[in-house]
Amino acid sequence: MATPGEGSYLRVTPAERLPPPAERNGAPGWLRENLLSSPGNVALTVLCLAFIAWATPPLIRFFVVDAVWSGADRTACLASPANPHPGACWAFVRVWFSYFVYGFYPIGERWRVDAFFAALALGIAWLAWLSAPRRGLGAVYFFILLPILSYLLLSGAPRLGLITIPTELWGGVLVTIVVATVGIVASLPIGILLALARRSDLPIVKALAVGFIEFVRGVPLITVLFMASVMLPLFVPERLSPDKLLRALIGVALFASAYMAEVVRGGLNAIPRGQYEAAQALGLPYWRMMALVILPQALRVTLPNIVNTFIGLFKDTTLVFVVGIFDLLRTIEAARADPHWVTPVTSVTGYAFAALFYFLCCFGMSRYARGVELRLARRRR
Amino acid sequence: MAHRMRRSGAMALQIALLGLAAGLAYIAIRNAAQNLAAAHIVSGFGFWSNTAGFDISQTLIAYSPSASTFGRAFWVGLLNTLLVAGIGIVLATILGFAVGIARLSRNWLVAHLAGGYVELVRNVPLLLQLLFWYNSVLISLPQLRGSVTLPGGGILNNRGLFLPRPEFAAGFGYVVAAGIFGVAATAAIRLWARRRQDRTGEPVRLLWWAAALIVGVPAAVFLAAGAPLSFSVPQMGRFNIIGGVEILPEFAALLLALTIYTAAFIAEAVRAGVLAVPAGQIEAAQALGLRSGTTLRLVTVPQAMRVIVPPLTSQYLNLIKNSSLAVAIGYPDLVQVFTGTVLNLTGQAVEVVAITMAVYLAISLATSLLMNLYGLSVAVEER
Amino acid sequence: MQQPLAASGSDTGQSGPAVEIAGLHKWYGDFHVLRDINLAVARGERIVICGPSGGGKSTLLRCINRLEDWQRGRVVVDGIELTDDPRQIVAVRRDVGMVFQQFNLFPHLTVLENCTLAPIWVRHMPKTDAEELAMSYLNRVKIPEQAHKYPARLSGGQQQRVAIARALCMSPTIMLFDEPTSALDPEMVKEVLDTMVELANDGITMLVVSHEMGFARQVADRVIFMADGQIVEIDRPEAFFANPRHERTRLFLQQVLR
Repeated sequence: MATPGEGSYLRVTPAERLPPPAERNGAPGWLRENLLSSPGNVALTVLCLAFIAWATPPLIRFFVVDAVWSGADRTACLASPANPHPGACWAFVRVWFSYFVYGFYPIGERWRVDAFFAALALGIAWLAWLSAPRRGLGAVYFFILLPILSYLLLSGAPRLGLITIPTELWGGVLVTIVVATVGIVASLPIGILLALARRSDLPIVKALAVGFIEFVRGVPLITVLFMASVMLPLFVPERLSPDKLLRALIGVALFASAYMAEVVRGGLNAIPRGQYEAAQALGLPYWRMMALVILPQALRVTLPNIVNTFIGLFKDTTLVFVVGIFDLLRTIEAARADPHWVTPVTSVTGYAFAALFYFLCCFGMSRYARGVELRLARRRR
Repeated sequence: MAHRMRRSGAMALQIALLGLAAGLAYIAIRNAAQNLAAAHIVSGFGFWSNTAGFDISQTLIAYSPSASTFGRAFWVGLLNTLLVAGIGIVLATILGFAVGIARLSRNWLVAHLAGGYVELVRNVPLLLQLLFWYNSVLISLPQLRGSVTLPGGGILNNRGLFLPRPEFAAGFGYVVAAGIFGVAATAAIRLWARRRQDRTGEPVRLLWWAAALIVGVPAAVFLAAGAPLSFSVPQMGRFNIIGGVEILPEFAALLLALTIYTAAFIAEAVRAGVLAVPAGQIEAAQALGLRSGTTLRLVTVPQAMRVIVPPLTSQYLNLIKNSSLAVAIGYPDLVQVFTGTVLNLTGQAVEVVAITMAVYLAISLATSLLMNLYGLSVAVEER
Repeated sequence: MQQPLAASGSDTGQSGPAVEIAGLHKWYGDFHVLRDINLAVARGERIVICGPSGGGKSTLLRCINRLEDWQRGRVVVDGIELTDDPRQIVAVRRDVGMVFQQFNLFPHLTVLENCTLAPIWVRHMPKTDAEELAMSYLNRVKIPEQAHKYPARLSGGQQQRVAIARALCMSPTIMLFDEPTSALDPEMVKEVLDTMVELANDGITMLVVSHEMGFARQVADRVIFMADGQIVEIDRPEAFFANPRHERTRLFLQQVLR
């Protein structure tokens, strides 16, 4: 056969499959490609490595090596001949830990809080695990049973032998979780109703929904909380005046509902018209069509966005700080002012602890949202 | 797609809803009136012209506790909000775009360091970050006695950063005029250069012209006018600092927190926008022989910006709303001054909260309107 | 075995092959996607590359204007060797036009602006000259009336013809077509193929990756069959279709020409 340059050609022996050249592949290849591909790139790599070398050792020293892990009061965390450069004062966190988690909830009754956490975890796991059995039952549990159970457990039900614990005593992680949970449990149903109302053909229904949603989304959460805190007592007669936590919960619930409404609306918009038409052609009335056909699909499609809204809500729970509720952040503020524990490192330690808590929760939720997104993308192919 | 309900049914439902809303509103207002009367709180907006009687730590306009009104305090607070939000938006945009582009870098270290920053900042509440910056900033600053003097004449202590205040003499107007002239001239030259490119094909090369006109000419005028700029350097007094411009630690902390937090979200929007430009577009541009700079300018950026602008505007709005966290550290923004102090002093919760919300609503609606206009102008091209 | 095929008229008047590929190997990670490719394309020659999906045809085509890089071997286009040097790459890309399966028109520019973009910004042509040039090519592909519309308004066949005009506005000596009709509805395939046939008659060097065997029979000087990343057989179309010599080729043609 002639060279394949001109004219015709016929391959007689098949070309074997060779391994890639060594210097372009494997670890050296990866390094060349990603870090050293050009002079500019090399300079960037050097800068980054320098930054990491500069930043990491002091952080590890402060939070781990020089940190004080146990002690009774501030003297443990102050500079001393034995410990000239004290690091993070984890002793402070350990001593105050139960306050950070339960607030001033009476020690003998704390099992009720633990029971609440367990029940909540069950509900979340049930709904979050996409292949869980009887998820409809899970929804009923999470949105109806759990709120009632939690109220009885936490607030008290004298008739069932649970003494009443006023909300002023609740604090720390308990309050953060309560606010976040109420926000989630309330915002999803209300948000769905608002989204349906906004898409309605009835002008007044639509106008009320649009007005509410745009109003709430246009103002900062702090003003909504102020409104709930300060104005709500004015609008109800004296004797019914809701307690501080309840006011904040109402504010948070209304705020979250407006954002959830927009997320659900996005999901509803993503459902092709054909689904609505098929359901109508089958003779399904409006509410049954929504409940059985449209909403399950819309919620599944927009689940990553729903989780993202929850993450935002979880972070926003810190704002109840400003209306005097003792969430985790406020308990940390209160604790770091304690004269027994005042040292230069107390504040940073407290904030680091809070940051770790929020980061783990929010990052965990965002990983979950990513996982759901990937699953949905795969299924659609 | 709402199911069509029977006409009369729909009408009845809406009337019932209206009735319910009206009924609730009536009951609420009646209760409010009763409660307010019982607490001897006046209603109405008369408080606006009452004397304020309290001091504000940062005032961009003239304000005095004894002579200024609550209305004046409102404007002071609003200006403080706009100041921190305005500077925050500029800084966050710069940082956000830089980090977003870094996340797209081929360099693994750069991309992942940027990614680490974004993940860390996005998953920690803004209020926590704000408290951290505020308490770290404040802790490390010395008292008045131990103030640190900075090169250039600034003074740093826990009351704030005091910088020399620029005093403009009469001739400075010419410098400003020269600057405006420089900008206008650059724009004119750009127009001329574009026309020339259309005619002859020769590309536009503006950088040196722009530098000379915008920087060089005003500088020359400045020197010619005898340098009409002096600085009033802050001086240490017995109990406070005299002269100079004061930057509050609260302002610095709020600005830092808002910038760092919002930049992370902007970075994600920028990254999504650039990734949204299909790879085929870049390949087509490359196949035509366009260099990477030209491709970026003519193909990537226009298409990426369409995707970036809506979430970017959303983040600007969030920054403006988040500035209300000033309440937590005592920076005198609108919420802190008005919904905080003024509300406490007058007790007129309804009016004060309503006004505050109206202001934020106005800002949000104005921004949404601008955004919709932008969306329309872009969509027309794709119809 | 056969006499070299004569090159028909070429504008540059340079001697030597238009495209020369020697010992080309490419790996995607561990996957050996191009194996020992050797090829010389004469000026004015029309080549159609066919073969099963995943055989490396598009990858080979994209190597010619360095949209893909390679780990071993040489590619020389119009006498310029393609390496990592950006100046060489840009020089080659200026003379090589490419038409993509997904058209890749710039959606934010009008049809006319799509065509004048490269002449203005790469060849530094004055705007009016560029627009005249663009209109002449839009006339050639028979859609001058669409000049001021945005690509989204055009049908698939029209968009692909605009893409051809856009590539032609740079006066390339070599045109690459990467499955130009695969993304089109059947009724629009003919209009694009007709345009390509007209182009072929002008003497431009063409390399076309396509499944359209009728086009190959009509226009090609040589047909290349590629499978598993290697060139299996090259022949003139008459010989190729009537009497394929390699087992693989026969198998492929049986399936395709059913």
